[in-house]
Amino acid sequence: MESNVNDIILQTKGLGKRFGKRWAVKNLDLDVFRGDVFGFLGPNGAGKSTTLRMILSLIKPTIGETLIFGHSLRSHRSEALRQVGGIVEKPDFYLYLSAFKNLEIVGSYFGGVHRNRIQELLSLVGLSDRAKDRVKTFSHGMKQRLGIAQALLSDPELVILDEPTNGLDPQGMKEVRDLILHLSRDRKKTVIISSHLLSEIELVANRMVIINKGEKVVQGDVNTLLEKGEKYVILHAEPKKKALSLLKRQKKVIQAIIEQNECFHVKMDFEEIPRLTKHLVQAGVQIHAIVPRRSLEDLFLSMTENANEVR
Amino acid sequence: MFRLIYYELLKIFLKKRTYIGFGIILVIVPLIEIAMKLEGELVISRILKGFSKDFLFFGNLFNGWFVAQQIMNSLWIHIPLLISFVAGDQLAGEATGGTYRLILIRPVSRTRIFIVKYISIVFYTVVFVLFLAGLSIGLALILLGRGDLLIIMRGILVIPEADVAWRFLIAYLLASWSMIMIASISFFFSSFVENAIGPIVATMGLLIISLVITVMPIEMFALVKKILFTQHLNVWQKLFQDPVPWNEIKLGVTHLGIWTSVAVVSAWWVFVKKDILS
Repeated sequence: MESNVNDIILQTKGLGKRFGKRWAVKNLDLDVFRGDVFGFLGPNGAGKSTTLRMILSLIKPTIGETLIFGHSLRSHRSEALRQVGGIVEKPDFYLYLSAFKNLEIVGSYFGGVHRNRIQELLSLVGLSDRAKDRVKTFSHGMKQRLGIAQALLSDPELVILDEPTNGLDPQGMKEVRDLILHLSRDRKKTVIISSHLLSEIELVANRMVIINKGEKVVQGDVNTLLEKGEKYVILHAEPKKKALSLLKRQKKVIQAIIEQNECFHVKMDFEEIPRLTKHLVQAGVQIHAIVPRRSLEDLFLSMTENANEVR
Repeated sequence: MFRLIYYELLKIFLKKRTYIGFGIILVIVPLIEIAMKLEGELVISRILKGFSKDFLFFGNLFNGWFVAQQIMNSLWIHIPLLISFVAGDQLAGEATGGTYRLILIRPVSRTRIFIVKYISIVFYTVVFVLFLAGLSIGLALILLGRGDLLIIMRGILVIPEADVAWRFLIAYLLASWSMIMIASISFFFSSFVENAIGPIVATMGLLIISLVITVMPIEMFALVKKILFTQHLNVWQKLFQDPVPWNEIKLGVTHLGIWTSVAVVSAWWVFVKKDILS
């Protein structure tokens, strides 16, 4: 997607938060464009939730400013948050009330939401048959989905989801991912999604920022950042000695070989995979697995050590 | 605003904790009144025995009004505890449940949310006190009938029945005012902790310490006593004096009003400045 400066719907300028002597977030500049699925990455304790809490006005920044749809959060809080929905950390509700009643309560903060809208959202997140059940009977995954429903209640243009796949099983994670993609593609929402599961972000985000120790490490287009990431192949082959000897002879194709966990990590271009596979098989090597890797995870690990700006 | 208040009241009245106080009142008041019906006449005749040399007593002095007034006087330490169960939970409960994160990210100012929550707790307090009033007076009149009101407090006073109802009405309005002040203090404590037990303990601690200082005949406490809310917490009792000391009541109401205002403004300040980390 082409990004235009005029389409910036969320911007932080020099945002920082200090707790005592410790800066949880420091000098953070973010730009989120209309239509983005914006990944907000960082290891645990990096300052992701603190940043999102500042953006959603749960925490007052020590320094800096947040602009949402051009409104300053500090001076025009209500206008800034009118088109924003979100979940911060785990989805908590009034456990003694039903899912429907919880959404009605949230809706009252927007001047009331029609019953049909609540039903529609419960249906969207697959909870329509549990609408009248108390939330205390819900599993974590169901609460997470109800959390997404409450975030969408006012039909906001910007949806902020803080680690929405946390604690979910693989099926639940996939459902949430699909829902995010649906919101972005079909409902034209701008979504900010934070996670420490980098593979999750890789699957849904078009732009992202990586933060570490409260500071921005890198921000930019996911594909551009991926191009900067190292490409390598994980090869599981037998017999290992013979395979290694053959690999070592392919100096034009292979830049490096590391033996790790019974496998070879082979740094090479992916275009060479068919030719290399054929060569190994013809030489009598059995290939059990060959996995090309160009992961954001590797980028994440390298970037947290060497900060630079891509955009 | 009315919609927000409606849903805030819904949150309060759909919570089990809210009914602990009502349940206790529902048990204790009938218990006392039935016991009074069975044995109370004996007790009152013993009390009045000392006065019988100088006074002649006519009519049904051991009646529903008398018992209702005794209950009103005896429960004023317990009612604050029951009120703080709910008032102390009003803000801290949101922190404990993590639901601050649900409501404070909305395009509604924290001040507005604070006002809604405070109005709701005032409503609960008034309903609770009026429930006590309705139950204790209604049941007592049914069980023990009507008559003049006998007041035994540093001597005896008999208030004619025609004068009793309005005194009870105003006394319970004043009791509501006192309990709103207690609720406000609990609300204040509730604003800066993340567990509802803290505000309950803090409110009761403050009440007990203030009460002890108020009743201690020690000279060095004289100035402090004037400031403490316990000096005027039982302002409703003055309705059962003759003549009614209206100036003292005005002073008491003002004093309690100042305590309420300080508690509410402080709670508001804490609430709007608070970082939500829970």
